[in-house]
Amino acid sequence: MSVLDINNVTKRFSTTTAVDEFNLTVGDGELVCLLGPSGSGKSTLLRMIGGFETPTSGHVTIDGEDVTRVPPEKRPTGMVFQSHALWTHMNVFKNLAFGLKLRRLPEAEIRRKVEAVLELVGLGGFGHRATNQLSGGQQQRVALARSLVLEPKILLLDEPFASLDQHLRERLREEVRDIQQRLKITTLFVTHGQDEALSMADRIVVMRDGRMEQVAAPDVLYREPQTPFVAGFIGTMNLIEGNVSGGQFSRAGFSQPLPIADGPAVLAVRPEALSIQPSSNVDGPRIHRVTDYGAHAIIDLELPDGFRLKATVRDARAWTNVRAATLTPQAFAAYRDNAVVYRSGTSA
Amino acid sequence: MARVLIERRIDWYGIFFAALLTLVIVFPLIVVGTWAFTNVWRFPSVIPQEFGIKYWQMTLARADVWSSITLSLSLSTVVTLLSALICLPAAYAFARLDFPGRNILFFSFLAGHAFPKFGLLVAIAGIFLQLNLIGTFWGVVLIQLVGTLLFMIWIPVAAFQAVDRRMEEAARDVGASPMRVFWSITLPQAGPTIAAAILLSFVGTFYETEGAWLIGAPQIRTLPVLMISFINNQPVIQFGAVLSVLLWVPSFIALLFARRVISSGSFARGFGA
Repeated sequence: MSVLDINNVTKRFSTTTAVDEFNLTVGDGELVCLLGPSGSGKSTLLRMIGGFETPTSGHVTIDGEDVTRVPPEKRPTGMVFQSHALWTHMNVFKNLAFGLKLRRLPEAEIRRKVEAVLELVGLGGFGHRATNQLSGGQQQRVALARSLVLEPKILLLDEPFASLDQHLRERLREEVRDIQQRLKITTLFVTHGQDEALSMADRIVVMRDGRMEQVAAPDVLYREPQTPFVAGFIGTMNLIEGNVSGGQFSRAGFSQPLPIADGPAVLAVRPEALSIQPSSNVDGPRIHRVTDYGAHAIIDLELPDGFRLKATVRDARAWTNVRAATLTPQAFAAYRDNAVVYRSGTSA
Repeated sequence: MARVLIERRIDWYGIFFAALLTLVIVFPLIVVGTWAFTNVWRFPSVIPQEFGIKYWQMTLARADVWSSITLSLSLSTVVTLLSALICLPAAYAFARLDFPGRNILFFSFLAGHAFPKFGLLVAIAGIFLQLNLIGTFWGVVLIQLVGTLLFMIWIPVAAFQAVDRRMEEAARDVGASPMRVFWSITLPQAGPTIAAAILLSFVGTFYETEGAWLIGAPQIRTLPVLMISFINNQPVIQFGAVLSVLLWVPSFIALLFARRVISSGSFARGFGA
């Protein structure tokens, strides 16, 4: 039973605030993803939990014990680094045994534990290999095993798949998720890839400029983003900036009833929630390009002021000779001052 | 089966430079080597009239030769050890810590090599004279220590900087104290390059003559200093030749050792490549 509690944590470097009054509780056995663009403070936050950075203010507690100023070697955390950071002068076995030796475990038990964890990550019998004899995916598995063998209370993963190719990334993603659920280990996972976050996490924290933008389960995050930033960051989203006047949202050749007070607003519509019909009115939204993906097609539309939107349709062939369209959002959200002011349907 | 004819161009320039280098480097060695095993060799004969090891026996029979060999070996060992003791922690500090005056201090090690060395040595000799260090073992140790500083600081600094910080952090993460991280991760990672630096300073100290002569003479006579005095004072060439062949032994052993310990890239890495 291990619970990680991040309480009002702030980290300031000389000129910038990397993490700003951050609060989060990660429950026992939960996998939480920290998702955000580079520079959003997610890695700094992870390093503070691992003990490699000290918060300027705030507290980090693990199972109720304050570890804010505990050095990394005394924390019950295990970190997997982006660059795998295996010790190249040791073979795989020695890499895994190093931490156990520091804990003065008997030789036989070290051997048993190392072999068990190698089996767990699918590298049984690889102990004698030199680290440079392994492929990128194998190296990252060894790095994961090196953390797991010490049975940490909290597992920290810092973009562990960033240097791998797409195919391998997807496979390791599933493997790590399987292992995490089998061991029921409380895990914090840093990534800038939304696919990774959506497919692995119990909850996703979207970070921006050192602050939490939203925390939610993947399906909720996708369907009910709380801010335009989250809406634009997760999946593809049309974010249309326009004006509301008399209950009508409008922008150059496009309008939509929107029952909120007059003023500027951002309308967010997913491509799959934007239904379009052929039209002969070339002064409205025009078809810019049709991209056929077989099962579906993406249509790029252009408003008269040059603003581009995307819509998903079933069949590309129906649209090859069409020059203009009318747009009807089936589900959308409206934002004003960085917050949701209106939501229609569930898919935006 | 398709046969592909590959025209191999003969690299005449390459052969020319290789031959030139061989001539310049190897020819003097052959001449000295021949002289060392010659009993009689008079002008204008191209080949010595009489080969033999007469002068080896004569040289090795001299007490001053043996004492200078032991002296040279112990001097080089002491200087290298002291240098490692002083320079390696300093190099680690230069590589990893930020302190005021870091860059100026770092480049100050060049100063000893940027100006004519003899002037510097004479000035130091003046100070040593007052401290009664002239003609003593430790006086020579001190002066030769200065000569090793550049290699023993700059090369290990590059070696320490090349060690991946994440590797050290990963070691902290699994429970190693900072000291343990240094011994188990940082030092082994930087090891081959540091071995190269230690080797360079050992060999460099062994062959150093200016400081050893100016500070050590006449009581402390290292092997190279003895060789110079043989060459200067003796009309017999063979004494000098025998000694210089003797002097090749440590560098030859060092090279053999270096081939085993140091991968070819280590020197280059040490110089920042």
